[in-house]
This record gives sequence, C-alpha cells and structure tokens, in this order.
Amino acid sequence: MNVLWIIIAVLLGVAALLGTVRLLLGPSILDRALSVDALLAFAVTGLGAFAAFNRDPTVLPTLLVLSLLGFVGSVSVAKFVARRTQEDDDDEQFVLPVVENTVEEEGKTS
Amino acid sequence: MSEQVVQVLDWAGIVCILAGALLSFIAGIGLLRFPDLLSRMHAASKPQVLGLLLVLVGIGFRLLPVEESGVFSLGTLFLVGLFQVVTVPVAGHIVARVGYRTGRIRRDLVSTDELADRLATRGSASDPSEDTVS
Repeated sequence: MNVLWIIIAVLLGVAALLGTVRLLLGPSILDRALSVDALLAFAVTGLGAFAAFNRDPTVLPTLLVLSLLGFVGSVSVAKFVARRTQEDDDDEQFVLPVVENTVEEEGKTS
Repeated sequence: MSEQVVQVLDWAGIVCILAGALLSFIAGIGLLRFPDLLSRMHAASKPQVLGLLLVLVGIGFRLLPVEESGVFSLGTLFLVGLFQVVTVPVAGHIVARVGYRTGRIRRDLVSTDELADRLATRGSASDPSEDTVS
C-alpha cells in the first residue's frame, strides 16, 4: 500500500510542476489565473491525501478555506481584466462587441 | 468495526485518491500542452470537480474508522464538496466570458460559435444589459 501512496505523491508533485510552468509561461493573465486555480485544486488534493494517509482530520478546515479561496481569486482576476479592457475601449471611443486581435502586453501594467 | 471492513474501506479510499491524483496529473499535462484558454479550462476543470470529489470520498473512507471524529469529518468533507461544486462552474463561466469578450480565444480552433451569432443579431455592445460582467 505504501507504493500507492508514493505514486500519489509523485503524480501530484509532477502535476504541480506542470501547472507552475504554465503559470510562468501563460501568455495572458487569464491563463495565469486558471493555472492558479488548478494549482489550488492540486493543493487540496495533496492535503486530502495527507489527511487520508495519517487518518488525521486536522487539515480538513484548510480544505474548506482553499475551496472558497479559489473562487474568490479567479473571479476577482477576471473582473479586473474585464474592467481594464473596457477602460481601454472607452479611450478609443469605438466599442465592438467582441474585440478581436487585442494584443495586450501583460506584465507591463499588471 | 471489524478488521476486514477497515481493510476494504482502506483499499477503496486509496483507489479513489489514486484516481484523483491521476486526474490532477492529466490536468497538469493538459494545462501545459493545450493551445488556448478554452481548451486549458477544459483540462483544468477535471481535477477541480471530479478529482476533488473522488479524493473527498477517499478521505471519507479512510477517516470513517476513526471513532471519535468520524461524523464531524464527514460533515466537513461534504461542505468542501458542496462549495467546490457550487463555485467552480461560476468561476469558470466568468473566466471564459471575460476571455471571449477580450478576444483571448483562438478563432481557428472554435468549431461552432453560437454566441457570435447572438451578438451579431443583437447589435453592437451599446446594449447595456450585455455588459453585466464588468
């Protein structure tokens, strides 16, 4: 049974590494918010595996907090992006329903 | 509880947690390899709902034999699953909507786009009821 626990830990670690690579590469800020969301899901999974391995219910409130934190984080980032883009559109005084070919330079302003 | 029941519960729990970890791994690969925001969202939402519920069921199986705190643990696990199931679709919807509106999706990968048709028939963005997201 120990082999299975080690496999679980390795899978979660590799998943977190891949998610971190996407967090660093992510072309837009929404990709980064998405990968942070996925990383939170991986963290919840890892903490849950820890709790199950030790038969220890101490970390369960942490799972509760993390499951709410992911929602607040991604929604606030998305709202921030929407507001900033709309302000940009207002400057151009010409608003399209779907703004295509918007090339943002992330990391400069955010 | 007898010894054999505990053993069966342990194996069921570890299989559930292994499935959840496998889904996380697959989501990590998809997050890295997929080409645009929408397909990455498709990959990343698997461990957020199905993987997390599997892991919670596994924790429940492992914690059930603990005598003094079993019931409270199950209540907390149920709350975690409930919050996750309620909030993940909302967050995904908002992120996808903002991504669409700001043009961060790749048009050549979209096979059907019903929202574009609706927007075209509705007229331009001067309709204020459309912009509830901002």
